[in-house]
Amino acid sequence: MSDIFLDLRNIRKEFSGVVALDNLSLTIRTGEIHCLAGENGSGKSTVIKVISGVYQPDGGEIYLNGKPCQKLTPISAIAQGVQVIYQDFSLFGNLTVAENLAMNVHLGNRRHLMNWRETRAIAEEAVKRLGVDLDLDAEVASLPTAGKQLVAIARALMSDARLIIMDEPTTALTRKEVETLFRIVRDIQARGIAILFVSHKMREMLEISERLTVVRNGRKVAEGPISEFDEPTITRHMTGTDIRHQPYVWTPPAGTVPAPRLEMRNVSLPGVLQDLSLSIRPGEIVGLSGLLGSGRTEAALTLFGMKPGYGGEILVDGKPVRLRSVHDAIEAGIAYVPEDRLSEGLFLPQSINRNMLATCYERLAPRWVINRRKAEELTGGMFRAMQIAARSGEQAVNQLSGGNQQRVVIGRWLLTDARILILNGPTVGVDVGSKAEIHHKIRDLAVQHGLAVLMISDDVPELVQNCNRIVLMHRGRFVEEVESATTSEDRIGETLKTFT
Amino acid sequence: MNTELNSGPKNGFDIRRLINRDNNIVQLLLMTVLIFVVMTALSPDKFLRYYNFESLTYLFPELGLLAIAMMIAMLTGGIDLSVVGIANLSGILAGVIFHKIAGDSGVAGTGFPTVLLGIGVAIATGAVAGAINGLLITRMNITPILATLGTGQVYTGLAVVLTGGPAIVGFPDMWSFIGNGKILGLATPFVLFLVLMVLLAWVLTRTTFGINLMLIGTNPKAALFAGLKRERMVLYSYILTGVLGSIAGIMLSGRTNAAKSDYGTSYLLQAVLIAVLGGTNPAGGKGSVIGVSIAVIALMLLSSGFTILRFSNHLVDFIWGAFLLLVIALNAWKNRGR
Amino acid sequence: MAWFRRSEVVIAGILMLAMILIGLINPAFWGLDNLFSLLRSNVIIGIMALGVLLVMISGGIDVSFPAFAVAAMYLTVKAMIALGMDGVALPMAMATLMGMAFGCVNAVFVHNFRMIPLIVTLGTSGMVRGFLLGVVGTSMININAMPQSLLEFAKTDIISLSKPDGTTYGLTAMVLVYGGLALLMHLVLRYTMIGRSVYAYGGDAEAARRAGFNPAKTVFFVYAVAGALAGFAGLLHSGMIWLANPRDFVGLELDVIAAVVLGGASIFGGRGSVLGTMLGVFMLVMVKNSLIIMKVDTTWQRVAVGIIIIIATALTAWRDRRRQA
Repeated sequence: MSDIFLDLRNIRKEFSGVVALDNLSLTIRTGEIHCLAGENGSGKSTVIKVISGVYQPDGGEIYLNGKPCQKLTPISAIAQGVQVIYQDFSLFGNLTVAENLAMNVHLGNRRHLMNWRETRAIAEEAVKRLGVDLDLDAEVASLPTAGKQLVAIARALMSDARLIIMDEPTTALTRKEVETLFRIVRDIQARGIAILFVSHKMREMLEISERLTVVRNGRKVAEGPISEFDEPTITRHMTGTDIRHQPYVWTPPAGTVPAPRLEMRNVSLPGVLQDLSLSIRPGEIVGLSGLLGSGRTEAALTLFGMKPGYGGEILVDGKPVRLRSVHDAIEAGIAYVPEDRLSEGLFLPQSINRNMLATCYERLAPRWVINRRKAEELTGGMFRAMQIAARSGEQAVNQLSGGNQQRVVIGRWLLTDARILILNGPTVGVDVGSKAEIHHKIRDLAVQHGLAVLMISDDVPELVQNCNRIVLMHRGRFVEEVESATTSEDRIGETLKTFT
Repeated sequence: MNTELNSGPKNGFDIRRLINRDNNIVQLLLMTVLIFVVMTALSPDKFLRYYNFESLTYLFPELGLLAIAMMIAMLTGGIDLSVVGIANLSGILAGVIFHKIAGDSGVAGTGFPTVLLGIGVAIATGAVAGAINGLLITRMNITPILATLGTGQVYTGLAVVLTGGPAIVGFPDMWSFIGNGKILGLATPFVLFLVLMVLLAWVLTRTTFGINLMLIGTNPKAALFAGLKRERMVLYSYILTGVLGSIAGIMLSGRTNAAKSDYGTSYLLQAVLIAVLGGTNPAGGKGSVIGVSIAVIALMLLSSGFTILRFSNHLVDFIWGAFLLLVIALNAWKNRGR
Repeated sequence: MAWFRRSEVVIAGILMLAMILIGLINPAFWGLDNLFSLLRSNVIIGIMALGVLLVMISGGIDVSFPAFAVAAMYLTVKAMIALGMDGVALPMAMATLMGMAFGCVNAVFVHNFRMIPLIVTLGTSGMVRGFLLGVVGTSMININAMPQSLLEFAKTDIISLSKPDGTTYGLTAMVLVYGGLALLMHLVLRYTMIGRSVYAYGGDAEAARRAGFNPAKTVFFVYAVAGALAGFAGLLHSGMIWLANPRDFVGLELDVIAAVVLGGASIFGGRGSVLGTMLGVFMLVMVKNSLIIMKVDTTWQRVAVGIIIIIATALTAWRDRRRQA
């Protein structure tokens, strides 16, 4: 078949005896949008690295344009038209947009000299091909995420790509930006370029792709045109199990409405937040959504004491508190689970115990000397309570799965007797299976410990399923507050689309 | 991305790493024994003398303290290039005070209170100098390399200004006791070193301060979000580093009965080498007092052996440098393919 | 690029202010003889700073170049005397190659063994100096024994003037050598792919590898050129001061790094320019040399250098923080 651009046949890849890819086959036709779905750890990224020539397979064959490739290297893969857009975009923040765009062309032509006029021309051509507007003289580091992604896509187009692989391209994008991205992807496709869209976000896969391949444990478990799939079937293929969602219902204890645990009164931050008022009662899970840049993360950071310059009033259990530092926030019983677990949440090579105790060492040791027996009691109890799957608390956190790591971070905050839990993107980068477990855990905690939970997320279904109320934010204001029971994902999605 | 699949080999690594961790100490001990055996074989009559080992117990503590100080700075991913400058400045300041107070009567017989004052001044110098480093690093956000490079110049420069060039010679007898005396038949610096070693090992593993340093060094951003007082802890760590530097300065000036602005300049390289050899990760988060202590003993045996073999001091410097690079190469070779 | 220019404008502005200030304290500062001697003092530090600039743009740091410079200088002069060699080009090439070879050792450890550059260069520095003093010798070679061709070459002046009292002074032609090398470095950094690869590597090493740059080539280029410049500067220095001292250049790394940081290069890599570095070098040399003119005791020199490093780094840190905000 001449219209098949890439054909992986029975690919096998082992890492020190452990099978990462087992007899995996993948076919991508010329000019199609193909989605590669799988949970974290399913072997998706190994597939990308095999196609881009970073890894040499231990068995199987690779056909590009119908011709077998004996030994694919990164350079020969690029020469055959394979381009990868990595999650971090692989751009040079210290160089201008123009130079970033032209760099690969120069390298491909094996240039030794740098011709700035030519660089400029290439960059202009690249921007024209993509049909977007970019300041060529801007330093890439100064661009927003979506802008960086455009640069990365424009760069990939410049090298006469036949196949562009996008690794989790929507992770850091707002809904609106995702739509722009999809428009561009379809536009690229119209030129006969194939797109391999690597993702674990179901709705996006269904929306954009024409064909789908699902991998699990290094094997292909399903393949076919997208019309043959829907969300539940994809989930089943990805996880191998069925997961059912039940919306979260908060019922105030018999007849009485408890006093709010957290109350924000006209909280504002010059130029960022305006007049935010919100109250969360014990046991409530309140969702917060809005575009990137709407101020939702700033609102969370203000509550966590990281924006000491705020105005207005914050009350915890009816008492006004002044949050000038993270320390103040912790004292007030506020906990914050940051968005980027790996870089902001965890001390990876350190043990589970140390990670969980990080915040309460000071209370364990008023005079700096740690009471080891008490420390063991605390960590042991939390280890069991959070049901962390590990051999012991002494195991290093970097050996745990994403879901277990998130439990460690949440466990850390429960040890501080937090009464208010702010979760920023609690399941970003967590696979479908663990996602449900984490949601379950958060609900349990809210009910059992009477926590007031503020859940910030881009993932509208996640909010609708897990929160009893949802607040939408736009340009630093809370613009809409809805009861989850009375709304739907689509309605919220529509509202978010109206924000610009 | 491959967490699930890689859990197999990673678990394997874990066990290996656990052994490796103790292995690090075992390896260091083995290396020490090896050096000992080789040196004994090369020059049994001279190397195996009691005098040789006794003189080592006078020599190594000052270097050992500087290396531990370096390790503590490295725990948070920093480095202290000013530590030798602090050591010299502390000794010189104390010396200047002794000479001022004693006047023409000579400093040798200076009384106990004055010596105590001198010690106080020296340690305060270390604390202040360390605090300046710490403040520059935490408040002004200067990279530790550059901040301590600059302050190292200032401290050494102040030492030059104070001495006006030549060394300050002559210290009180009681001061010299710290560098040359004996307690219960053991060298005073050695006893002092043992006490400090135990104390510091305890501080680093059993107190909030020590564990906070490890956590901050592992991931400064996560430390911020976990509510650790990063700035304060880093500041304290540089104050501690400075104080250790000044204690080393007291030992050095006590042992040699003189204080000079450029004493022990090669100590800087050696302190870094010993810290790295002792299993400290210069990027932060990992290091132990025991490891550094064994490393300093191993290297002192090595250089004393070479001195006995009539190698010049310069050649010993050469060997130290070669040793550092060798250790780096060996570690890279050991970790290859990971 | 506008940002770079601005940072250089700032340095130039501060430099101007400092010059006016020093001139007010002692008008002798503006004397041609003083300015000529200032420029002369720029040459050696400046050439070495070009190498350090390269290393810093790549995200590394180098404290071994003074050791390489002194080793290349001393070994070359010894070899010239032993072999009865004369001339300028061949010895200079020898010293340069020697420095380059040393630099490659740094590159091997930084690239192949992935060790932090500071620690690698501390190690190579100790080794090279130890070897030189321990094996080659510790005695100075003074003007009588120095190869005459080198001295003659270094004596060349562009302008020669005489004072009323009959003594002559001039502007050494070595500033042309320095200027030429600086121009060359600027052209390489801006108009060659290897030069751009240094910026790319310093900006994001992983991205550079993925884009198809060869990291080994970049790292070896950086450290080899830094070593070569050090070796070249070392031999030139001995010609200019009529002396080959195997203990020379101790502590010079601090001055040079200070000058490069002062010139706006970032220790985190990816940023820095030749013009900025030259201004930084001039600033540092001027302050050091002008202490005498300002009647400050020379023992204060180190303190002054230290304070300059602290101020310069504090300013860059402040600027970087503002850029992020």
